[in-house]
Amino acid sequence: MTQRWKVFLIAGLAMAVLAAAIYFPILRRRVMRAAKLQQQSQEQARRELIQPVAVNPADPRVKTSLFWGSDAGDSTLAPVTVELPLSRDPVPRSKQVLNTLLAGPVDAELRTLPPDAVLLGFYLLPDGTAIADFSEALATSIPSGIVSEQLAVDSITRTLEANVPQVQRLKILIHGQEAETLAGHLDLTGAFAVRSRQAQLPANPPLTAPSSEKPTAPTSDKPPASATGKLTPDKGPGKLAQPERKS
Amino acid sequence: MLLHVGNTVRIRLLSLFGALSVVFTGAAMVFSSLAPSQTQQPAPGTPPPANPPAASPQGGMAGSAASPFSGQPQQGGLNIVVLDPAHGGTDPGARGTGGIRESDIVLDFAMQVRRALELQGFQVVQTRQGNEDPSFDDRSATANAQRGAVFVTLHISSTGLPGTVRVYVNSDLPPVTNSNGLIPWDRAQAPFLGLSRKFGDLVQGLLAQRFKGSPDTSQTASVRQLRTTAAPAIAVEISSVTVDDRAQLDRMAPGVADAIARGAAAFKPTYIVPNVPGGLP
Repeated sequence: MTQRWKVFLIAGLAMAVLAAAIYFPILRRRVMRAAKLQQQSQEQARRELIQPVAVNPADPRVKTSLFWGSDAGDSTLAPVTVELPLSRDPVPRSKQVLNTLLAGPVDAELRTLPPDAVLLGFYLLPDGTAIADFSEALATSIPSGIVSEQLAVDSITRTLEANVPQVQRLKILIHGQEAETLAGHLDLTGAFAVRSRQAQLPANPPLTAPSSEKPTAPTSDKPPASATGKLTPDKGPGKLAQPERKS
Repeated sequence: MLLHVGNTVRIRLLSLFGALSVVFTGAAMVFSSLAPSQTQQPAPGTPPPANPPAASPQGGMAGSAASPFSGQPQQGGLNIVVLDPAHGGTDPGARGTGGIRESDIVLDFAMQVRRALELQGFQVVQTRQGNEDPSFDDRSATANAQRGAVFVTLHISSTGLPGTVRVYVNSDLPPVTNSNGLIPWDRAQAPFLGLSRKFGDLVQGLLAQRFKGSPDTSQTASVRQLRTTAAPAIAVEISSVTVDDRAQLDRMAPGVADAIARGAAAFKPTYIVPNVPGGLP
């Protein structure tokens, strides 16, 4: 009788192992899917929080050039001109322009930036160095490759160049941190030249708001990066002070 | 104890034991196939073509890295090409819908490029032989330790017109201001940019002849791998992992290998090699 009982026990255990072997992978997949969903909804929530970059109806509607992929399909950019009410202040103006760029063109094929990427913060140092802080999706959802990553950065820098004359160079942060590369190829440790031909810039750009003398970083007293505004790549990774993330 | 038990029970127990072991091996197989499979999977996949030629010509990192300092069998001038199959290890690089991994394909491409270069009389050093993932700096260091080398990093893109190839040169770096004659490590590419462009244009020109739709001259991009490399350095990116069948990419390998080898041979006479490894050109 006891032997019989043992047999049943072992058979039961074997069944349990078998059931576990089948069930665990399913469970694992389900947990991963749930985690992904949660991450997406977090991203959504953050976007909703950040999105209202106060569009002031009093702002003049100006022709804005946005650089998305060209429909020639040759991995180049083409400007699309739209009329947008843009602030005169460079920081909100940059946010408005970049958010429109992130929202994407009518033809989703011509996107240069992943649809779930969000601009978390934008700062402008007195020397013309802009710091754009994007959500992690910019790095994780972008197709990996030199051509696609360069296109993404070019679309950001050229759009800023066309619409915000105060921005001289751009440093890209990912979720408040300095990243070594965008998605394995493109170097994010330095700053990208937005306006290489400084001589062409009028001495007193017509759009300069009267308040642009003081640092325009909106939330903190001290600028987020080194006070001199020099962003050389010879600093250790991730050592840039994390800018505060209030919109 | 079993001796006291009847035969039928013993047989039953034995068969149960057998069944259990089958269940366990089954479970183990299920789990191992589910796990990311970085440790075991690539072994049967990639090394068979990679290992034998890599080991035989004694071209491993250690072997050739030591040679410029020791025996010096080579005359001055460009003799070494450092080949960098990008990504590897836990970083698969670009991934296609059909399960194509950039890190695997560039390793296979590197073998063909290596053979083509050796036929042109170059010594080839690879930054990785198998499925490892050296850091950007380690890969650059492999090149920077050589005297008279050029650096080629191989990539597969995830966008772009399939069947085309693009050569990239690092975009302009801030000028080197050190007065002591040393190149800052993180901008090691700066003094070589002109040479890199010359080398890149030669390779891109040859690629454009073979792969229609490719640009005629090399492009510039802020490629992280190139920035720390103190040698004429280019990135070659093949489009793309989105092809349905891997064979489409494999068919491009001989053409890419030939263009790189002939480009390096054409570049060789124009490159006056600095006196010290990693020295100014």
